[in-house]
Amino acid sequence: MRPFKYANASNPAAAIKIVTADPAARFLGGGTNLVDLMKEDVMHPSQLMDVTRLKFSVIEKKANGLSIGGTASNAVTANHDLVRENYPLLSMAILAGASAQIRNMATNAGNLNQRTRCTYFYDANMPCNKREPGTGCGALHGVNKNHAILGWSEKCVATYPSDMAVALAALNAVVQVEGSGNTKRNIPFADFHRLPGEHPEIDNTLKHGELITSIDLPENRLAEKSYYLKVRERSSYAFALISVAAALETNGNRIKDVRIALGGVAHKPWRARIAEQWLRGKEPTQANFRAAASAELKHAKPLGQNKYKVGLAAKAIVRALEGAMQGGTYGAMEADSTTTNQN
Amino acid sequence: MSETGKPISRVDGRMKVSGKATYAAEFNQPNMAYAFPVRATIAKGKIASMDDDIIRKELGVIAVISYKNAYKLKPLDMQAQMKAGAAFLGENLPPLQDNVVHYPGQFVAVVVAETYEQARAAAYKLKVRYTADKAAVDLRTELPKSTKPKMFMGEEAQVNEGKAAGPLAASAKKVDHTYSTPVEHHHPMEPHATVAVWEGTDRLTLYDATQGVGLTSAIAAYFFGLHQENVRVVAPFVGGGFGSKGLWLHTLLVAIAAKAANRPVKLALTRQMMQTNVGHRAATIQRVAMGTDAAGQLNVLRHHTDTYNNLTQFFEPSGKQTLVLYKAPLREVTYNVAHLDRSTPTFMRAPGETPGTFALECAMDEMAYQLKMDPVEFRIKNHTAQDPVKGHDFSSEFLVECYRTGAERFGWASRSMEPRQKRQGKYLVGYGMATATYPGGRSAASVKVLMNNKGNVTVMTASIDIGTGTYTVLAQTAADALGVPVEKIDVKIGDSSLPPAPLAGGSQTTASIHPAALDACVLLRKELVSIAIADPGSKLNGSKPEDIGFANGKLFVKGNEDRSETYLNILNRAKRNEIEACATTLPVSGAGLTVPSALCTPSQTPPEQNSDIKQYAFHSFGAQFAEVWVDEDFGTIRVKRVTSVQDVGRIMNEKTARSQIIGGVIFGIGAALMEATEYDKRWGNPVTRTLADYHVPVHLDVPPIDVHFIGKPDPHISPIGARGIGEIGITGVSAAIANAVFNATGKRLRDLPLTPEKFFES
Ligand SMILES: Cc1cc2nc3c(=O)[nH]c(=O)nc-3n(C[C@H](O)[C@H](O)[C@H](O)COP(=O)(O)OP(=O)(O)OC[C@H]3O[C@@H](n4cnc5c(N)ncnc54)[C@H](O)[C@@H]3O)c2cc1C
Ligand code: SF4
Repeated sequence: MRPFKYANASNPAAAIKIVTADPAARFLGGGTNLVDLMKEDVMHPSQLMDVTRLKFSVIEKKANGLSIGGTASNAVTANHDLVRENYPLLSMAILAGASAQIRNMATNAGNLNQRTRCTYFYDANMPCNKREPGTGCGALHGVNKNHAILGWSEKCVATYPSDMAVALAALNAVVQVEGSGNTKRNIPFADFHRLPGEHPEIDNTLKHGELITSIDLPENRLAEKSYYLKVRERSSYAFALISVAAALETNGNRIKDVRIALGGVAHKPWRARIAEQWLRGKEPTQANFRAAASAELKHAKPLGQNKYKVGLAAKAIVRALEGAMQGGTYGAMEADSTTTNQN
Repeated sequence: MSETGKPISRVDGRMKVSGKATYAAEFNQPNMAYAFPVRATIAKGKIASMDDDIIRKELGVIAVISYKNAYKLKPLDMQAQMKAGAAFLGENLPPLQDNVVHYPGQFVAVVVAETYEQARAAAYKLKVRYTADKAAVDLRTELPKSTKPKMFMGEEAQVNEGKAAGPLAASAKKVDHTYSTPVEHHHPMEPHATVAVWEGTDRLTLYDATQGVGLTSAIAAYFFGLHQENVRVVAPFVGGGFGSKGLWLHTLLVAIAAKAANRPVKLALTRQMMQTNVGHRAATIQRVAMGTDAAGQLNVLRHHTDTYNNLTQFFEPSGKQTLVLYKAPLREVTYNVAHLDRSTPTFMRAPGETPGTFALECAMDEMAYQLKMDPVEFRIKNHTAQDPVKGHDFSSEFLVECYRTGAERFGWASRSMEPRQKRQGKYLVGYGMATATYPGGRSAASVKVLMNNKGNVTVMTASIDIGTGTYTVLAQTAADALGVPVEKIDVKIGDSSLPPAPLAGGSQTTASIHPAALDACVLLRKELVSIAIADPGSKLNGSKPEDIGFANGKLFVKGNEDRSETYLNILNRAKRNEIEACATTLPVSGAGLTVPSALCTPSQTPPEQNSDIKQYAFHSFGAQFAEVWVDEDFGTIRVKRVTSVQDVGRIMNEKTARSQIIGGVIFGIGAALMEATEYDKRWGNPVTRTLADYHVPVHLDVPPIDVHFIGKPDPHISPIGARGIGEIGITGVSAAIANAVFNATGKRLRDLPLTPEKFFES
C-alpha cells in the first residue's frame, strides 16, 4: 500500500472541500472495499477522509417515506424496525450480502460506491479498462463466468456486485448528495449507476468530492409482497450469480404495481422494465411470470462462459415473483435456506 | 483407566483461543525488517531488466534483491540433496539464482524495508521488464506432448499398460467415462510466514510455518552450505498445512533477505501468493472403465489420468486407490503427464485419492446402476481382503463393516434406486455413497522422555501439530506408558533441535512417533526399575525386573502391591534431579521419507524392527454416505447430512480423531461443490486470486456429520495399533455427493466442482 494521509472528518463542508480540491483524495466509509483495493495496488488515494463520524447515520421517517443515512452501517440499516416493516426487500437484500462482520463495518454510501469484483480489475498486472483505461478488457475473452449478460460493451463486461443496490433500484430510491460550496442535489437511483459504454472507468454519476448524505425511500405498498432472491455458489458469503429483487402490489386478482430488479447481470442494478411492463394489469400466475421473464431476457447477450446465466435469471425472476406473492415468507423454498430445516 | 482413546480436549486449546499460542509470523525480533516479494507477470521467458536502483531510494527501503545480487545458493544436485535429507523441495527452483521465469507469479525479486507497508509499496513500484516466450498454460492443449512417467515416489507409475482392453471387450457389462477435477488450493487458515535470524554467517534460526522442522532445516542447511545442527527451525504452532507447508521458496528467500540486510527479516505471504507460491493440487482428466460378468463380478478395472507438472517430478497420483480397492483379476493404471508453465503442483490432503476416488467411485456407482444393483451390495460383492496388486493381506481391514455400519446409521435402506423419487418442497432429494481409502504410512521417529524429581514429565520430538492434536495425543500415550496423569505431561514439539520425527504429512505422525514415545517411556521405566531394585533402601530391592508393575506414579511388585515406591522417592534417594530416555523406532511400511536417526543417546538399543512390512499391505478404509437436496431451477446443491464410518486402526483420542474426519468431510464438500482455481488461457495466471473468489465451505454449507470409528487396533503397524487419520476423511466424499446428485436428479455430473452452471451445461 502506498503512503497516504488520513483524516477524520468532523465537519461535512470542510471534508467535502478538501476532497474536492484533491482529485486523488477519497472518502472512507467502513473501508471494506477501498482498503482492499489499496492493498491490491488498484487504487492509490493520496488521502482518506473518514466520514463515518459525520452525523449522516440516522434512519428516520420523512414526509413521503424513509431516509436512511449514508454513513449508517449496512447491519444497522437492515435490522432497523422502520426498514424491516416498510421495506423488507431492502433488509433481505442487505442481509443476503457479504458476512455479518463486513455488514457491521460497511456503510450504505460505501456499498453504493463499491467497485466490481471482476478479478481482472483486482489484479494490477492484468489488462482492464476500468482500472486503466485503454489497456483492454481482460474478461471479455477470458474467464467471464460471473460477468454481464445485459448492457455490457466491448470495453467492459463487469457486473456491479451490490445486493443492497438491487433492492434500492426496485424501490425507486433517491440518492441525496452534497458537493462543495454547500451544493445539494438528488440522484434518482436509476441514474446513479451507469452502463460501461466507452467509459467503464466511471462507475456512477457521482462527481468527485460529492458526499452521499442519505438515501431516500419513497412510500409504497409493496412491503407485503416483496422478496429478494440470491443464487450463489455457496450458501452464504458469496456474491450473486444472479439475484432478483421482486415486489408486487395487487388489486384483486390483477397486478397493479410490480418492480423487478436484477443483480449479477449488468454494470448496474438492472431494472427489468420490459418484464414489469408486461405484467402490469395481468394476473400474478406462474405462466405470466415466465412470459415476462423471457420477454426481458430475450435481449440478453451472454459471453463465452456465462450462457447459463440467461436460463438461471429467467427461473430466478419467476421464483422471486412467486416468493413475493407469498409475502416474502418464501424462505423454505430458497436455495440458501435449506440448511435451516434439517429433516 | 487408560488415557489413550479418551475424547479429552486439546491440551493446547486454551492457548490457541486466548491468543497465547505463537505462530511463525508472531516471532517478532529486535531490529526486525520486513520483506515483500516481487513476482513475475509473465508465464515463461527471461527478465530483461528491472528498475531496482530507483526502488532502493524509496522510503524505508533497506535492500532490493534479485538474481543480479542475490546470495549464491548451492546449486540443485539431487544426489547430494538426498544424502543431506534435503531433496524434498516444493519446487526445484532455488530463488533469485538466475533470470529465467518458469511460471506467472514466480518470485523475481524481494524488497526489504523498515516496515511491511514500505516493503509492499516499494515492491509494487518495482518495474520489471521481460522477454516473454510462448508458454504452455492449458492442460488440454499440452496433452498431445505429454509423457508417461515410469515411476512415482519409488513405485511403478504405469501398471499393466494396454492390458485392460481385451478383458473389457469381453465383459458382459461395462462402463467407460471421463471425469475431471480442477486445480485446488490448500489455503490453510494461517498464511505461510517465516522470520529468519542469522547469527554470524554460519548459524540460522527460522521461525517458520512448516509441516516439518527437520525437513526445513535440512533443506535450508543444504542451500546455504551450513551444518544442519546450525539451522534451527522453530514451529510450535502451525495453523494448518494440508500439504502446502513443506519447504517453499519464500523460506529461502527470507533467509537470503536477512543475510543481505544483516538483520532479522520477516516475510508473510499474502493470500494471493498462496494461490501460486506454495503448491496446489493439479487438475486431472481421468478416464475410468470397468467390466463385470452378468452377475456383477468385476473382471477388469482401468484408470487413466491426464495431468501435468512443472519443476518437480510430482504429479497428481489419482490412480492410487484403484490399485487397492476391489477384487478384479486385472487392473490397468496409467498416467500421461504434460508440462505446464504453471506454478508447481504438490501434495494436497489425500493426494491422488481425493480426485481419484471421485472418478473411481462415481464409475462404481454408474456400474451399479447398469447392473441394477444396490451400490453398497455391488461393492461388497467385489470386496477384496488382499492387496489386489501385491497379493499381501491387509494388515487389518474392516471395510465391509464400514459399509454395513454406515448404511445402517445413515438409513440407506430407505433410498430408492430409481432417481427422482424423493422431494422436499422444491428440492429433489438423493442419497449417494462411496468408498474411502488412504495408505497407512509410518516412518522412523525418535522421542525423548524426561522425568524430573517433581514428577513432571517432558516428551520431546521434532514433530509438528498442524492443528491435528499431536500435543494432546502424545501426552495421552506418555501418561499411559508411565502411569502418570496427563496434566503432569508437557509435550515439546516443533523444534528441529529436538529428536527427529517425520514431517507432518501422509497421515503418518501418530503412527510414527507414538511407537517411539512408547519405547522411550518403557526405557525410562526400565531405568527407574533398575535403580530401585539395586537400592537397598527401596521396598523393591532385590525383585526381578519382570515382576515390577507400575501405576499412579509408582512402581510395585506385582501381586504384592504394598511393596511399592513412587518415582519421586526413587529419584530423590538416587540423588537424581531428572532421568531421561530416548528411543528411535524404525518404519515398518511404505517408501515414505526417513530421517537420520541417532540424535538419541547411542547406548540405547533400538527396539526390534517390525518384520511385518513384507507380509502385509497397510491401508485405512471407510465408507461415506451423503444426502443432497438439489434445486433444479438454479442448479444449486446442498449437502444435508453425511455419515462417515472409518476403519483407521486404534483411535488415540476420540475427539481429535472425530475432528479430523469432520474436517476431511468438509474438505470433500468443498471439492465436490465449489473449490476450483481457474487460470486465464492466454496468460496462464490464476484468475481466482483470493478467498472471495476461491470458495471454500462456509458454516451454512456444512451439515451434521455423523462420524463413526470401527476402532480395531491394527496389530501389525505398530504396538500402538493406530494408522493415520488426517487425510482419509476427504476421500470418497465428492463421489458420494455426485452419486447422490444422480440419485436425486438422474443427472450424471462428471466435472468437479458441481457449481450451478454445470447443471445447466449438462
Ligand atoms: C469478502 C467480501 C464479500 C462481500 N460480499 C458481498 C455481497 O455478497 N454482496 C454485497 O452487496 N456486498 C458484498 N461485499 C461488499 C461490501 O458490501 C462493500 O465492501 C461495502 O458495502 C462497502 O462499504 P464501505 O463503507 O466499507 O465502503 P468503503 O470501502 O469505505 O468505500 C467504498 C467507496 O465508497 C466511497 N464512499 C464511502 N463513503 C462515501 C460517502 N458517504 N459518499 C461518497 N462516497 C463514499 C469511498 O470513497 C470508496 O470509493 C463484500 C465484501 C467483501 C470484502
Ligand atoms: S470486465 Fe471491466 S472490470 Fe473486468 S477486465 Fe474488463 S474492463 Fe476490467
